[in-house]
Amino acid sequence: MSATERRATLEAAVKLGLTPDEYAHICTIQGGEPTYVELAIYSVMWSEHCSYKHSRPVLGRFPTTGPRILQGPGENAGIIDVGDGWAVAMKVESHNHPSAVEPFQGAATGVGGIVRDIFTMGARPCVALDSLRFGEIDGPENARQRFLFDGVVGGIGFYGNCLGIPTVGGEVYFEDTYAGNCLVNAMSAGLLRADQIVRAFAEGPGNHVVLIGSKTGRDGIGGASVLASQQFDETLEEKRPSVQVGDPFTEKKLIEACLELLHRGLVVSMQDLGAAGLTSSSSEMASKGHVGLDIQADHVPLREADMEPWEIMISESQERMLSIVDPARLADVSEVCERWDLDCTVIGEVTDSTMLRIYWHGERVADIPARRLADESPVIRTPSFKPDHLVDEPLVVSDAVYPAPADTGAALLELLAAPNIASKRCAYEQYDYIVQANTVQIPGSDAAVLRIKGTSRGIAFVNDCNGRHCYLDPYRGAKAAVAEAARNLSCAGALPVAVTDCLNFGNPEKGDIYWTFEQAVEGMSQACEALDTPVVSGNVSFYNESFGKAIYPTPMVGMLGVIDDVSKHCDARFKKEGDLVALLGPAGNAFLDGSEYQKVHFGRVEGRVPDVDLTLEKELQRVLREGIGAGLVKSAHDCAEGGLAVALAECCIASGVEGGALTAAAPPSLGGALTLPDGALRPDVALFGEGPTRVIVTCAPADAAALAALAGAVPLTPLGTVGGERLQITAAGDTLVDVSVTELRRSYESLPDRLA
Amino acid sequence: MSAAVRPVRVGVCVFPGINTDHDTAHAVSTFEGAEPVWLWHKDKSVGNVDAIIIPGGFSYGDYLRCGAIARFSPIMAAIADFAADGGLVMGICNGFQILTEAHLLPGALIRNIGLKFVCRYVDLRVENAGTPFTHTAEPGDVLRVVVKHNEGNYRVDPDTLAAMRDNGQVVLRYCAPDGTEAGKATGGTIGGSSPNGSLDDIAGVCNADFNVFGLMPHPENSVEAGLAGGTDGRVFFRSLLESVRDRVVAS
Repeated sequence: MSATERRATLEAAVKLGLTPDEYAHICTIQGGEPTYVELAIYSVMWSEHCSYKHSRPVLGRFPTTGPRILQGPGENAGIIDVGDGWAVAMKVESHNHPSAVEPFQGAATGVGGIVRDIFTMGARPCVALDSLRFGEIDGPENARQRFLFDGVVGGIGFYGNCLGIPTVGGEVYFEDTYAGNCLVNAMSAGLLRADQIVRAFAEGPGNHVVLIGSKTGRDGIGGASVLASQQFDETLEEKRPSVQVGDPFTEKKLIEACLELLHRGLVVSMQDLGAAGLTSSSSEMASKGHVGLDIQADHVPLREADMEPWEIMISESQERMLSIVDPARLADVSEVCERWDLDCTVIGEVTDSTMLRIYWHGERVADIPARRLADESPVIRTPSFKPDHLVDEPLVVSDAVYPAPADTGAALLELLAAPNIASKRCAYEQYDYIVQANTVQIPGSDAAVLRIKGTSRGIAFVNDCNGRHCYLDPYRGAKAAVAEAARNLSCAGALPVAVTDCLNFGNPEKGDIYWTFEQAVEGMSQACEALDTPVVSGNVSFYNESFGKAIYPTPMVGMLGVIDDVSKHCDARFKKEGDLVALLGPAGNAFLDGSEYQKVHFGRVEGRVPDVDLTLEKELQRVLREGIGAGLVKSAHDCAEGGLAVALAECCIASGVEGGALTAAAPPSLGGALTLPDGALRPDVALFGEGPTRVIVTCAPADAAALAALAGAVPLTPLGTVGGERLQITAAGDTLVDVSVTELRRSYESLPDRLA
Repeated sequence: MSAAVRPVRVGVCVFPGINTDHDTAHAVSTFEGAEPVWLWHKDKSVGNVDAIIIPGGFSYGDYLRCGAIARFSPIMAAIADFAADGGLVMGICNGFQILTEAHLLPGALIRNIGLKFVCRYVDLRVENAGTPFTHTAEPGDVLRVVVKHNEGNYRVDPDTLAAMRDNGQVVLRYCAPDGTEAGKATGGTIGGSSPNGSLDDIAGVCNADFNVFGLMPHPENSVEAGLAGGTDGRVFFRSLLESVRDRVVAS
């Protein structure tokens, strides 16, 4: 059936994922029944994934400007000034549904897509991070979760390693809530000169529209509308053809060719082909530039000769770039592409019409105002209401429901082995984290740190979100995610400067889901304002549900930090026998509510997570950075999942790791003899309870007074000293923990056994 | 004009998909009196370089087999001629794989025994400190460098292996941090010292003439203090540069 024969009826519209209301709206815009090509184009551009129709009204809340921000949301990536004329482009994007259907290719193409967003801006991609969530991994019933983990990690490595982009960080969580809908959030950042930013708008009527890179096939048709904008049900397997297939070799050549084209000024602008392929890239470029584009769909090089124009327009074949080229430069552009063995084809022309027009062998098959597709898609604000499961008060810890463990040391080992806490070495050792020769801090610490070649500067990156905390209180949980990300950067000695976010939620048409979304955005916004970290880019992923059940709300925060003198960065490792160990931040900030201890040891998830005191948080982070910069703080580690005791154990375990190597004859590990401060908390809650704004620091004994003076109003509680090869913790004369660091490490490194 | 010694020109060969070309050139440029020179896979000549490094990465996407397509590139014939004339050629990771595919080095590199890509710090024992690529090290030195590969599992037939051992062509072995355990792996198990199941724990080999050297670890990521990679990789570059400096002075 040819394009002209296919009817664009209401039935066809619904099949493409449009609602009857949207179909009626389209008929009004087009002045009657649209062509099938037009209908297909509207269906992808007005999908949730491309149009942000449910999220746009809420996202306006985010702070997006600041003295360092060179480019906020609305471009392929946000750009931040990091000093010395350098800037960082960064963005995160979800590839949840493709990964749930086909983990290896889904994750691989997630990396490929986000990397294209970075070099499109003129930046050379310099890092990748990945925030991953799966279901529980133990037992035969969770074999699929282990398969997903294996596939996703393998896919990320396959693509990122081949590109030569170091994967330096990320996070992995395992919760039942993600069993039917795993999360794969791929983040990347690149370096560019601050005066060489490229923006993706078309201009100059008469200029060529040039397609560079891979040929177009049928892969990924409906990826944005069918896959990303609907929840999962029993038709999961049928959606496999909607997953794209990645070719990192071609992408590597694209990076080199496109950066040369951009840096030599051979192209007017450039845009990658991501979700909704040629349709979104062309309509966005036209809309931003207030021009029109005429596209000859029959000029597009094809992998399958019999493709119809609507398929060509919405195919999500990977490794393709659209660029606007002055005819006088075309020969130069072709030469560069030829040198890299890449296709380079003129497929259209910039016009002054503001219309996106598609031609098929001379016949016009679509004629749509570009802004209707890119910027004026419908907006929907769902009436929202607070979910039933939320409570107003924190738990009262009763001994009946939460009996204190008989053996606190055993409880610590149990927590260290918990998949959410245990070392993710088995994942990150599949990623090249050192290529490009800039990596200062490899994965496994609070933040990844890289140097900027030719300067003394460093940049640092983190991914953070505790979905369980957001489930118990989306406002507080999301606020805490921002605070934690900034705290982790500060632990490395870096000043937090900007956020990119990936907001993973369920079906936004449901009022309770929409309420959690609104609350999370509010919580994040307040924290971003208080901590001076504007949101520069991001992505919303809705419909993360399977069989009607939504995931935990998971507003993942990616954050960038800068270090003026990278040689002064800090890490979590206990450094020297005799150093003093102290807790910076309120010692009483330890709660069972939503903690890993509550889940792992008691099998419960309930209560209300504490609210972050942003004023104290900001002050604590300032103290940390200044202490690190002045050489007073020798190690710093955030108390996160597993609380104070797990953080202390991690400092001990890390002390035996030199140069990232974990070998049988590692240097002697340092333990510590520590005493819990007197307090109202039950000892196990003090040890394993979770709460924000707490960091374990060490300093030389001679510097203790100076550090205390620097801390000022931020509580600084001495805990003990570094030394020996055991972690010993006492409280009120009782020994709570007395475990060798070797044993701690054995539990901490046990994740591969559970995944086997 | 006595002082006007020109810099040592080290050719860094770029195939499509190679991704440590910039790292390798950068590593060369951290040495005084050395300058990297780009060689392109479509070139038919290596020009006037003094030594050649084939860097790591994924030439041609590792499609078909690692290095199998790159070896047919025009530049490889020129590199073979350069080596036949006694020129020094060092292949790192994918470069090592390309050199074995081109039969400039014995053996082959197959899939890691764990069937996964592995990026990890390893300890390497210098078994032969008499080669042009290792002569500034001491025999038995233990170097900590990062490996990152999918196919680093070195294989060679028993007769060739015996000859290589006798000749001292086994230049680097994976070992424990104190230098022990090298040579114990049978190739059947992962763990211990070898990250990939390599036969005889082999990490780097030379040809019989000792002018072609391949190694799986990445010394180019271990040349600068203050970075995660450390500086143990410098010894290979230093050795290579000193080996050709005579030639530079003579020219």
